Parts: sequence; structure tokens; C-alpha cells
Amino acid sequence: MSTNDPANESQSEAARAYAPYAPAPMVLPGETYESVTSRIADVVLRRKTQKGWIFGFMIAGAIWFMMMFSIAWLLYWGIGTWGNNIPVAWAFGIINFVWWIGIGHAGTLISAILLLFRQKWRTSINRFAEAMTLFAVASAGLFPLLHTGRPWFAYWLVPYPNTLRMWPQFRSPLDWDVFAVSTYGSVSLLFWYIGLIPDLASLRDRVKNGVGRALYGFFALGWRGSARHWHRYEIAYLILAGVSTPLVLSVHTTVSFDFAVGQVPGWHTTIFPPYFVAGAIYAGFAMVLTLLIPVRAIYGLHAYFTDRHLQNMAKVMLLAGLVVAYGYFCEVFYAWYSGNTWEKYMMVNRSLGPYWWSYWILILTNILIPQLLWFNKIRTNIWLLLIISTSINIGMWFERFVIIVVSLHRDFLPSSWALYSPTRWDIMLFIGTMGQFMVFTLLFIRFLPAMSIFELRTLLPDAKVKVKEEHTH
Amino acid sequence: MSSAASYTHPHGVPDTDLYGYLAEFESAQALVDAAEVVNNAGFTKTDAFSPFPIPEIDHALGIKRSILPWIILGAGITGGCAGFFMQWFASVIHYPLNIGGRPLNSWPMFIPITFEMTILFSAFTAGLAMLTMNGFPKHYHPVFNVPSFSKASSVGFFLCIEESDPKFDRTETMAFLKSLNPVEVSEVAP
Repeated sequence: MSTNDPANESQSEAARAYAPYAPAPMVLPGETYESVTSRIADVVLRRKTQKGWIFGFMIAGAIWFMMMFSIAWLLYWGIGTWGNNIPVAWAFGIINFVWWIGIGHAGTLISAILLLFRQKWRTSINRFAEAMTLFAVASAGLFPLLHTGRPWFAYWLVPYPNTLRMWPQFRSPLDWDVFAVSTYGSVSLLFWYIGLIPDLASLRDRVKNGVGRALYGFFALGWRGSARHWHRYEIAYLILAGVSTPLVLSVHTTVSFDFAVGQVPGWHTTIFPPYFVAGAIYAGFAMVLTLLIPVRAIYGLHAYFTDRHLQNMAKVMLLAGLVVAYGYFCEVFYAWYSGNTWEKYMMVNRSLGPYWWSYWILILTNILIPQLLWFNKIRTNIWLLLIISTSINIGMWFERFVIIVVSLHRDFLPSSWALYSPTRWDIMLFIGTMGQFMVFTLLFIRFLPAMSIFELRTLLPDAKVKVKEEHTH
Repeated sequence: MSSAASYTHPHGVPDTDLYGYLAEFESAQALVDAAEVVNNAGFTKTDAFSPFPIPEIDHALGIKRSILPWIILGAGITGGCAGFFMQWFASVIHYPLNIGGRPLNSWPMFIPITFEMTILFSAFTAGLAMLTMNGFPKHYHPVFNVPSFSKASSVGFFLCIEESDPKFDRTETMAFLKSLNPVEVSEVAP
């Protein structure tokens, strides 16, 4: 907190006084190529590791170890240590998978879709959001792998030549998931790394110690900013964004097929793909805000992550939240309009049955509280934004709980109805993946530039080049 | 010394001490203007270096549009076809499962994986073909020999005319570059 630059605050105040209705700037005035480079690179290169970072890392690491322990316990005793059983055969393993993968989607959305829409404000947040995608996918992937019960046979999910002449079932949405999530994870990693290369070169040229220079230099691949390289780089980057955009939409669509293709009441609706995708955007933006607000305060990055970013992200969240609310409304409408006994019972059971509280927590945290974002005063209040985005994170988790557990625990056969509750190993694994996520995030902030330096340079007034008339014939 | 001595000119003319001249300019605008003049003067073995992409420099320096998008398109089509073929082959030829007489070639169910394979192939081709065409990884390059070139990744704008350019002349090219109002012109060791 001590590193907040008071000059930045007053500059933004001045800018607002000058043009009260103009949007806040994306990069505050007075920044130069050198200041952009040094301020972001120095977070990595010049600052000594802070006590707060070490403290946070130790806590996150401890939670991560708890995850390892719960996995070891699971592998030793088997899947029975988890709370899921018939009829609730899918529980924490899938809730948490969908929750994490949804969070990850904001990274691709910010880096790819906003790039295609020429939303330049994405530049300050895309690197961080992409990293968040990777770490979220790493956490998400654990759950289905462990849920297979024997994760050492997980390669059976992938088609490979084998002496049994066996193939995976390509008509199953669960196998579509394998392809969608593994493609998503690997393409996200590639996109993130390609975006990092020019900034790694910046670090290589600034770092003082030899090990750092060797490592940054190795991964910068010898980048030298050649015009011919930039030319191909920009093409490749744009096409990567172009193919990542349908990819990210397809991933959560496929995840929603896991449910929508089944005939369990509460799952079997066509609203699922769009409503899952909107939910992913919603959860992801909430998580980016939850993480970036503290990071900005700790590292004094107010010059590049301005109120304009907060405003825009809050607006995207509001929109995505309304689509999600429409999805909830549709579920109620279908239950009534279908006239289907089981669908109607599902809706009554969801709102008034044994898990009534989870449905109303969902409505409160995911629909009602975020309506505060309609107000400009609230969109610019950091603390309220932090509270609202946390509320959305909780709400989106309960959404998956309601869809999965509440739908399954009372399905077609009343004789098999049962209640579900997670065991301590379920909870330790879930909390543990948050520790893993924080460990990766803290390492990323410490060793890599958290904002895209080269793209921020292009936002500076000096970077604009005028072409004379005679040149354009 | 041995590595310097073994350096040969692309046209077979032995050369031991010069890769080219590197001029530094103070802004993106100055770099683009200079590149325009250099290109109009007929130099072809040129390159510009900047800390961020400057789209205007492509025209100024006479850089032709890359064929990269076509390579990626080809890879995407290949990936989609391969993905569909794999599923068709498994379901119809290699491991047919008769479930209630449903058609073996149930193509709508093969679309999601076909789509993912299209994306997978195009994305990795976009990334890897870009890096390959740019000649990466290449951790050594003569321009790195110029001490001030470390600025090219933060604040510096550079223009290089290579010694192998047919129009290159040690004294005239140096004078020409100096006439473009650069911050400084350096010799680049090979």
C-alpha cells in the first residue's frame, strides 16, 4: 500500500475535473516508454521480495500441501473417501471443475475477444487474466482426473494406438470435454507465451544478474524487435485471438453438454450452452477484479490499471449477470411451461426442498447483490467492487452446486433419493486448489511482467505514427 | 577470431569485420520517415527494430504481407479433416458398435471434436510457424553486438542497412544514414 503514488491520484482527479463526462484515461498522462517499461519490469527485477509476498506464499503453499495430502489420501483409500455416491454421483468433483474452468474463461475473453473488438483497455489486464486462465485450468483439470478413480489410467481418455483395438466413445460429451479442455489448456499456454516473448526480451535487456539473463534470454528466443518479425507476430497474434474466441465459447458449451445431453430434470434444456458461457464470463471477470484490485494496490500500478478498467469490467459483469439471470428465469419458465411432472417438481424442490438455502444464496449473491453495479458511485468504489466480485465468485459456485447436487439428489426414482454432503477430503481438495492457484499466481507476479509492456507502449501518444500522403499511393 | 574468419558473405565475398550499419532514431515517427527514405533509395537488405509493433513501417520498409495466414488456414483444414476422419474410422471401420441399429456414421456427434482439432492445429501452426519463419530460436544476432541496442526492447528505434546489400558502400551509406538525422550510427560487427 505504501507504494501508491499520490501523483497518480491527483492526475486522475485533474483529468476528471477537466472533462467530467469523458471516460477515465487508459494510461495516465505523463507516462513514457521508459516509465512504462521500468515500472512494470521493476516489480520483477528491482524490488526485493517483500515480507508480505513471502508470508502470502507460505500460507498459499501450506494450503497447497493440504491439497497434496488430500490427493494422496484419495489415491490410497480410493474414491469412497469423497461424499458422492448414487444418486449424487457427480458432486464436488464436477462442481469445482466447472467453477474453475468458468473462472479461467475471462482470461481468454479479455485477451482474445476484446482484442478482436479493438477494446484497447484490455491491454493492462490481459496478461494477468491469461495467467489466471492457465492456473484455473490447472486446478480444474485435477477434478475430473481424480474423479476417474484411477487417474493413472487417465490416458485411456485419449485416442492412442493400443493392442486392445479400443477407442474412446467419440459420441459422448465427456470425451468432447477431454478434447475441449486439453485444447483449451494448451492453446491458452501458447497464446500466453507468444504474448510474453517481447516482454521477456525487455527483461533480458534490463536484468542485472546472470541467471536471470540466461533464463529470460532463453525464453525470449532471441527476440530483437525486428519489423519483419513484428509483422508476422501481429498476424499470428491476431489469428490466435481469432481462433481462441470460438474456442473459449466452445469449451463452456461442451461443459454444458455434459449436463444438457443427459435427461436429468434441471439439466435437459437448450438454454444451457449460452447461459453457461455467460456464467463463465461473469465468474471470470469477478475473479480478475478480486485478484487485480489488491495487486494494483500492493504494486502501485494505478497508472495502467485505472478507474476506466474497473468501470468497464463492472459493466461487462453486469451484462453477463443479466444473461445469467435470464437463464435462471428460463429454467423456472421451462418447468412451468413444459408441463412435465419431474421438471415442475425439480423447480419446487430446488427452491423449497432440503437444499432450499443453496438456491436462495445463489439468487442473493449472483443476481440481487450485483444489481448494485447499475450505480456509477458503486462501480468506482474499490471496496464495494471487491465485495460484489467476491459475492459473484460465491454465487457462481452455488450455481453449479444447485444444478448438480440438487438436480441429482431427487431424480426419477423416489426409492433412490438421498441427501448429499461433502466429506472433509472433498473440502480439503477444493480449498487446496485455491492454494495451488495462489501459489502459481504469486510466482507469476514475482517472476514475470504482470502487464503486457509492449502493448502498453502502443497506447502512449508518442507511439502514433503519421503517414504522409505520398507514402500511401 | 576463428569464427570471424569463417564468416562468408552470402555472395561468396569473404568479409570479416562488418555486418552493416545501425542507425538509432529518437521516435517511432522518425524511424518510419527514415525507413521510407532508405527504401526509396533502393536499399533492400534493411531491417527496423522497435520496442513495439509499428504497422506503418511495413509499407515504409517495403515488407510484403506474409503468407502465414494461408499456412494457418491449411493447417486448420488439415486438423478438421484429420479429427473427423479419426472419429469416422474408429466408429465405422475399426470399432463399429451397433446400438439399437443407429447409424455408425453419426456425424453430428463428431462435430465438437472436429471443431476442437481444427482450432488445435490452427493455433499451434500460428504460433510455431510464426516463430519458425522469424528464425527463432536464434539467441545470437550481430545487432546485439551494438551496446545501445539493448534499448531496442524498451525505448530505442533502430534501422539497419546490411553490408550484403548490393547498394551498400562503406563511406556513402554511412554518410547517407547520417543525413537522416539519427541519434547515432554504429557499425555492427558480424
